[in-house]
Amino acid sequence: MSILGNRVVRLEDPRFLLGEGRYVENLGLEGALSVTFVRSPLAHARVTEIDASEAEALPNVQVFTGADIDAHPFGPPPHWHITAGMERPLVARDVVRFAGDIVAVVVTEHRASGFDAAELVMVDYDPLPTVLSAEEALKDEVLLFPAVGSNVANRGGSQERDNGLFDGCELVVSGALLSQRLAAAPLEPRSAAAVVGDDGRLTIWATSQTPHMGKMVVAGLLGLDPGQVRVVSPDVGGGFGAKMIEPEGVLVAWLARKLGLPVRWTETRTENMVGLPQGRGQLLSFTLGGTRDGRLLAYRLEVLGDAGAYPALGAYLPNLTALMSNGVYAIPEIETSTVSVVTNTTPTTSIRGAGRPEAAQAIERAIDLFAAEAGLDPAEVRRMNFIAKDAFPYTTPTGATYDSGDYEGALDLLLRSAGYEDLREEQRRRRADGSAVELGIGLGAYVEISNPVGEEEFGEIEITEDGGAILRTGSHSHGQGHETTFAMIAAERLGLPVERVTVHRGDTDDVPKGTGTFGSKSTQIGGVAGRLAADAVVEAATALAGDYLEASAADVVLDLGTGSFHVADVPEPSLSWAELASKASAEGRLGELKIAHEFQAPPTFPFGCHLAVVEVDTETGKVELIRFVAVDDAGTLINPLVADGQVHGGIAFGVGQALYEEVVYGEDGYPLTGTFVGYGFPSAAELPSYERVEMVTPTPNNVIGVKGIGESGTVGSTQAVLNAVLDALAPHGVRHVDLPCNGENVWKALREAKA
Amino acid sequence: MTNVALTVNGERRETDVEPRQLLVYFLRDELGLKGTNVGCDTSSCGACTVLLDGESVKSCTVLAVQADGTEVTTIEGLATDGELHPVQQAFHEQHGLQCGFCTPGFVMATVSLLKENPSPTESEIRHALEGNLCRCTGYHNIVRAVEAAARAGA
Amino acid sequence: MIPAAFAYRRAASVDEAIELLADEDAKLLAGGHSLIPALKLRIARPSVLVDVGRLDDLRYVRDDGDRIAIGALTRHAQLTSDPVLERDCAVVARAAALVGDPQVRHRGTIGGSVAHADPASDLPTVLLVLDADFVARGPDGERTIAASAFFTGPFETALAPQEVLTEIRVPKVERSVYLKHARRAQDWATVGVAAAVVGGSTQVALASMGPTPLRARAVEEALANGAGAGDASDRVGEGTEPPSDVSGSGEYRAHLAQVYARRALERL
Repeated sequence: MSILGNRVVRLEDPRFLLGEGRYVENLGLEGALSVTFVRSPLAHARVTEIDASEAEALPNVQVFTGADIDAHPFGPPPHWHITAGMERPLVARDVVRFAGDIVAVVVTEHRASGFDAAELVMVDYDPLPTVLSAEEALKDEVLLFPAVGSNVANRGGSQERDNGLFDGCELVVSGALLSQRLAAAPLEPRSAAAVVGDDGRLTIWATSQTPHMGKMVVAGLLGLDPGQVRVVSPDVGGGFGAKMIEPEGVLVAWLARKLGLPVRWTETRTENMVGLPQGRGQLLSFTLGGTRDGRLLAYRLEVLGDAGAYPALGAYLPNLTALMSNGVYAIPEIETSTVSVVTNTTPTTSIRGAGRPEAAQAIERAIDLFAAEAGLDPAEVRRMNFIAKDAFPYTTPTGATYDSGDYEGALDLLLRSAGYEDLREEQRRRRADGSAVELGIGLGAYVEISNPVGEEEFGEIEITEDGGAILRTGSHSHGQGHETTFAMIAAERLGLPVERVTVHRGDTDDVPKGTGTFGSKSTQIGGVAGRLAADAVVEAATALAGDYLEASAADVVLDLGTGSFHVADVPEPSLSWAELASKASAEGRLGELKIAHEFQAPPTFPFGCHLAVVEVDTETGKVELIRFVAVDDAGTLINPLVADGQVHGGIAFGVGQALYEEVVYGEDGYPLTGTFVGYGFPSAAELPSYERVEMVTPTPNNVIGVKGIGESGTVGSTQAVLNAVLDALAPHGVRHVDLPCNGENVWKALREAKA
Repeated sequence: MTNVALTVNGERRETDVEPRQLLVYFLRDELGLKGTNVGCDTSSCGACTVLLDGESVKSCTVLAVQADGTEVTTIEGLATDGELHPVQQAFHEQHGLQCGFCTPGFVMATVSLLKENPSPTESEIRHALEGNLCRCTGYHNIVRAVEAAARAGA
Repeated sequence: MIPAAFAYRRAASVDEAIELLADEDAKLLAGGHSLIPALKLRIARPSVLVDVGRLDDLRYVRDDGDRIAIGALTRHAQLTSDPVLERDCAVVARAAALVGDPQVRHRGTIGGSVAHADPASDLPTVLLVLDADFVARGPDGERTIAASAFFTGPFETALAPQEVLTEIRVPKVERSVYLKHARRAQDWATVGVAAAVVGGSTQVALASMGPTPLRARAVEEALANGAGAGDASDRVGEGTEPPSDVSGSGEYRAHLAQVYARRALERL
């Protein structure tokens, strides 16, 4: 009986429940010095002088500035096509470009004295004009990199509009939506520690989703042979796409080598709110055209992305938005155009969804607008235009090849599960009663791209002497439950109880290569690699068992129920994994049962449909989410319990963008939302329970049929809530509300509509 | 330096501390109890929640010197003889944790909540947890865990 | 975030606390949930902390005839469930239940909240609407300060540097309400409106509409002249300077104050 598809409680839970999580900050590192960063409070300024004398007068304090750091700057990889000349020095030298830019590094004996000393580092700044919005930056009036001559960091898509795009459309609607800048805000702040061993090798512990990539970056920036670097990313308290490798981690490594002593650093939340790269920040301008009876013919999406001060992945993401702009619809013609610019703000990167929520937000807003203009039900307009179930694989005009999907099925399931007609009836009743609290119902259909760059992942199965298995994976896990789900995948193939499979991840010395966990790729490449490695080990074990049972491998079977090998139809004699391993070990052949596999596959396309029900107090503008129904289909379910959790978390993230969250800068570029007071993402008191409805449409891209579910909840939810708010306010003439739909933005929209 | 003597997880501990040392760092750095986490600077997230004389408090907003003469229970003090406390067990069964960083705070807040309100409604649970933030779970399964713990008579 | 260093003294009595406050860089520590966050951000940098948190004889709620006496160190959680308040001055219990979150309410004290005088705070606003009396003891003895004279500016009170707030006295009221608009349950009020019938007249006070909690005198005047809830609340903005911050613009706050004033009066 297969364990896949069962709700298995997580193997990794005990240590977290007992307070024994192996977070970097919990690591014991004897004699480690404490690192504290001095950061610019100004968004754009020349650094004219740094006087560390007062700080260094305190006992056991050392201060390093940009001039001291002999390391390469952070530069984006070439395949992101970022404008050259916008690299980020680890420590700012002559110019700081965002509030939070590092200007000095303080090393002390203890954490507390680090704060004391950092306060005493005197930095003289000569303020420069700031540019804080992408629209302003596009004017190239205030330049962040004068030598480059422009603020444009990346361009993509059509550089000229096709003026005939909407010819033949009876109805054309346009709009714009600012998918506002968000903070990832993982509960664990970043932490790093480093030490150079007696053998001269550098070991770094880091809160990273991508330890192997981190190793290459550190080696590259510090001019080291990668073989001399070990990165360990143990338990990490949430990443959401933002915790990769940043200057702080590299500096900690640099210090360990410079000082020949162990060093460690943990950021404060305030630092995290400026130092951890942020997400979204895309201005989406859309135009959608079609026939009056609801058929879509053409779509244009223009994206203006805010890359922040030093362009990195965030500068590239609008291209991914453009790729997915099509959504779930069979739109014959699509034109996209993207541009990313630098601004004096925190650099942007992939944050849960990374470009796909933006794409979905735009098309779903557009289609609701279109439906409203046409006087048609928004569910019906969607239904009319879905890519048909039998049309897969489907290549969109934007160049994405969707693997499998059943978009109408998802909508039908959603509407049925939510009782859509009853909801509309209740809405009619309430409107007739004339309450100041309006009920709104919003839909968001979506498709998203997981494993977006079609990457490869490493998986290895090693049978241990006692007949258990170690699965080494290049994937990471920082909440996704891979220690359980990957163990389930291997256990199923090996015929072992799931507790006998131990997943190793995060240590580049233990796992030779890896891509890491982001983009919802892990199960479909890492889990599958583990499965293929398990299959290879079963094959090898079968042959080995054959040797011991004096039969040919072709005649030997593995009984998955008992986890033992025997000749087909001859249950005894048999060899359990433990017996087999013991025998093999005695003969020095245990190594034959350690096999690695690398698996690469093209992207897969999870999809779904979300429905949000909100109540809007039209006097105060306050929105309450009272119900959320989600259909999310990411193919075969390994562990529905874990999948539920991923969807729930994703939904909360998307609802946060819809109703609560926004990174806000003051006029001078100082962040106004730099704490968990200012940046108010929701607690349990602000959210309802969710109704998740399972749907499974396997992918042909891997043998398990699994896609990636980690970001699905987020990609589908923001627009469902936004559409619900707009649905609630439609009778008041409101056609647009700025995200987030907090009380003030709703109130402003109502006021404008009245005017 | 100021002398503090308190009971932590049933054990008497006495030492000298700097007055400015927060209880959370005292627990983590002086006593080596790393289960209680620091998640923010503004007493917003509750990851540092412990019980002080039986009531949930944010240990990042209490000075170690203020805890002198009190009984503190941290996450490490809940399980007995390796067996999970019913609240811990409920979080496990309901998948009420993902990355685990906020979990000790939620568990301690739940222990306190159920002591004050043994049969809370969903709304009461959600409001009782308004001082604890989680970025992974969306809270749904945390609420299920509290309900399960309440049913188990935790 | 780690506070800057300070010395620490524990006061065994109010009189001892008064003596220790002679150091002008000294600050009182009660529940710590206003002070410690400020210490951590290094906004407050006292050289000495005088801890009065153990003065358990300042923790009480007493029916004192026509007034209720509340010890300054009574914690918000105690106020929330106190039967005397529930019966005779419910708005104090209601407001206390809205302060922060359960963990904060287990530690924060009414005296600490009042002395901290955050214009966005719930309890100061409610105590203002009730015309509460604040009893303080200093080197020159004890005095009573009326709520209307107590809050002098943002985070500023009429307390002298060496004075310790010991008791808050509120009237018994039959009708009282506090409405709070916040983004999230744990947040400070974007706007708060307290209303109560005190000594026969309806009084209204506002949180987060100016540099201190404010009495909405124009609303009270309109009511006294027979205006209904809607017309009276139209005047709620008079004399206010609502701040603009990430929780809301001044304009939005002014609008909210009007809505909540009307609702509070209707509910009264």
